[in-house]
Amino acid sequence: MRVRAPRRRWTAVAAVAMTAALGASACGGSGDKGSNDTSQVEVFSWWTGPGEADGLAAMKADFEKKNSGTKFVNAAIAGGSGTQAQAVLASRLQNRKPPDSFQGHAGAELLDYIKAGQIEPLDSFYDENNLKSAYPQQLLDQISYKGKIYSVPVNIHRSNMLWYNPGILKEAGISGPPATIADFITALKAVKDRTKKVPLSLGAQWTADHLLENVLLGDLGTDAYNALWKPGADWGSPAVTKALTDYAEIMKYTTLEAASTDWQGAAKAVVDGKAAFNIMGDWAYGYFVGSAPNGLGKKLDTDFKYAASPGTDGTYMWLSDSFTLPKGAPHRGGALAWLKEVSSKEGQDLFNPKKGSIPARKDADKSLYKGYLQYAFEQWNKPGVKLAGSFWHGVNASKKQHTDIDTAVGLFLQNKDVAKLQQGLVSAAENSGQ
Amino acid sequence: MRSSGSRWARSRRWLPGLLLVSPSIVAIGLFVYGLIFWNTRVAVSGKHDEVTEYGFDKGRNFVDLWDQPSWPGAVKHALLFTAVFVVGALVLGAFLAFLMDKGIRGEASFRVVYLFPMAVSFIASGVVWRWLMNPAPPERAVGLNQLFGELHLGALANSWWQDPDWGMAAMALPAIWQMSGYVMALYLAGFRGVPGELREAARVDGASEWKVYRYVVFPQLRPVTLSALIILGHISLKVFDLIMAIAGKQIITYVPAVAAYVEIFDRHDPANGATIATYLLVAVAVLVIPYLVWSVRTERTR
Repeated sequence: MRVRAPRRRWTAVAAVAMTAALGASACGGSGDKGSNDTSQVEVFSWWTGPGEADGLAAMKADFEKKNSGTKFVNAAIAGGSGTQAQAVLASRLQNRKPPDSFQGHAGAELLDYIKAGQIEPLDSFYDENNLKSAYPQQLLDQISYKGKIYSVPVNIHRSNMLWYNPGILKEAGISGPPATIADFITALKAVKDRTKKVPLSLGAQWTADHLLENVLLGDLGTDAYNALWKPGADWGSPAVTKALTDYAEIMKYTTLEAASTDWQGAAKAVVDGKAAFNIMGDWAYGYFVGSAPNGLGKKLDTDFKYAASPGTDGTYMWLSDSFTLPKGAPHRGGALAWLKEVSSKEGQDLFNPKKGSIPARKDADKSLYKGYLQYAFEQWNKPGVKLAGSFWHGVNASKKQHTDIDTAVGLFLQNKDVAKLQQGLVSAAENSGQ
Repeated sequence: MRSSGSRWARSRRWLPGLLLVSPSIVAIGLFVYGLIFWNTRVAVSGKHDEVTEYGFDKGRNFVDLWDQPSWPGAVKHALLFTAVFVVGALVLGAFLAFLMDKGIRGEASFRVVYLFPMAVSFIASGVVWRWLMNPAPPERAVGLNQLFGELHLGALANSWWQDPDWGMAAMALPAIWQMSGYVMALYLAGFRGVPGELREAARVDGASEWKVYRYVVFPQLRPVTLSALIILGHISLKVFDLIMAIAGKQIITYVPAVAAYVEIFDRHDPANGATIATYLLVAVAVLVIPYLVWSVRTERTR
């Protein structure tokens, strides 16, 4: 016994030392300087691509000019629509190490963060900065959860856009962009019968989700579409069946190789004269007219034209990038200063022309928005415009419902079974947790 | 005094060794076994969103998972992928090793060429194969279908991994391309380990070259085959980056590892994600444990 005891002690000491060494490296640096620290702001986003990164840099420069004592830390993580960034963000929030402010799509995509108590409501911030009159009321309604607002929109993108190749339409004998879903199907058939071109180009599975929201909006109309995202909505109705049948019909005119390309490849087919139509959000415009290497350098009216997606003229199906205030943000004062910048007229006017989107505020400087952006700006600010939220881009579906719809669409692409698709959408709504 | 001195002397024998390995012991304990425990804990809990407490759900998730519309397909894909990949890489690797063993000019450079794909990451080769396996009809295709078109072999063009039934077999092609060189190296070492006298003896007995391999060389290679099988099998079960690089998160190529990622990061359902991870662990264990038992036994008999 006397021989053994010290040995055990040795082992214990060594083990404890190692554990301590490992543990120390895991938890470090939790210097809390009080809740209104303005020394720094760590801004988390996925804006690393051309255009978006330039917009962020312009906003950052303006922020630093106005808040000279605050150090701006750019915590951007690359990855299209933030897939990687959102995984990193989720783990940071769960470990109670939030950034001071993070980018998210405004609306229901933030629900999980709200329910987990990870972000703060911003109503008093809106009141202090007179933001409730600066943003359109419909927008505020659609991003509110139980009467509270949790994010500050910086821009607006439009998802219900039809891009088409005027040359192919002429060849197929179509006079103009189709105004209804029925016209659209007729036009697709005409392209198929009279030209050798692809009627409707499509990309990877998510672009089929994007197409679905456009067909739903076009067939159901804005009010019925918006009602689908309220708790207890009826996804089993005959009107939805009709829309899904149209969707299945439209899918017959798409490309076989869709799954092997992303939205860029699908959109490019239109301006290259290989496909007649493509339905994609207005970020496609920046890709078409931008200069190489990130853009295609094409000309509006000769290489491509645009219109509201069939049946949706007068409705703006929007999505928005916005910033939030995480609970326990280490530099809360800096974060509030950043949100102020993001919500300001100057900040939005610096950011949006570079990003290729329009400001969410109603009082922005119209002269800065040219070409397509001028059209978008006028549509957004037109009296009587109806707003619909883009489910695919996070406005009105929780992450769970969003993923379940994606699964239902993915299975539909294989089995082409409309009834099963509808059943999938019904259960996605039931399990949405909203 | 004397006894403590000898104790010190004895501890000098084992202490440095212990200090050397203790970081790995602690790290493995924490990051492998600790996390396996935590993962299983989450898998048997009812934590299907961010807010619910963990609780205990009697392992219902293991049954309920099969009601997830995407899950049965993911399992089917994994099985098909595994079958084609493991058999393909084994056969091709053994065949290449056989050719090398017969002796060809410039063997060393061929060996490097065949082994080289292993140095490429699955992500990088996935990007290339995504392009090669473009399923468009030959007139507007790129990659292999275009090549077939130009060689007037248009009939060979097909929809590759986008075929709903057999697509995962095509998805195994890049994996076979990547791993068969490694299998070749294993087999080549095995071939070289077979004593020349044995082959000579068989030849003297009048065996044909084929029979030498069939009855003398290959039976000696069972351990090599088994280790290759284990390595390929577990790579195949956990395949993730290759699928993500080629297809991303599309139902048509769902595999369990992708499903786990989607459950955790897209659906925000930790319990389902952990359940899938547990299934994967069990599947790998089914492969590895018999191998460990077997290798311990053979070592004892030696």
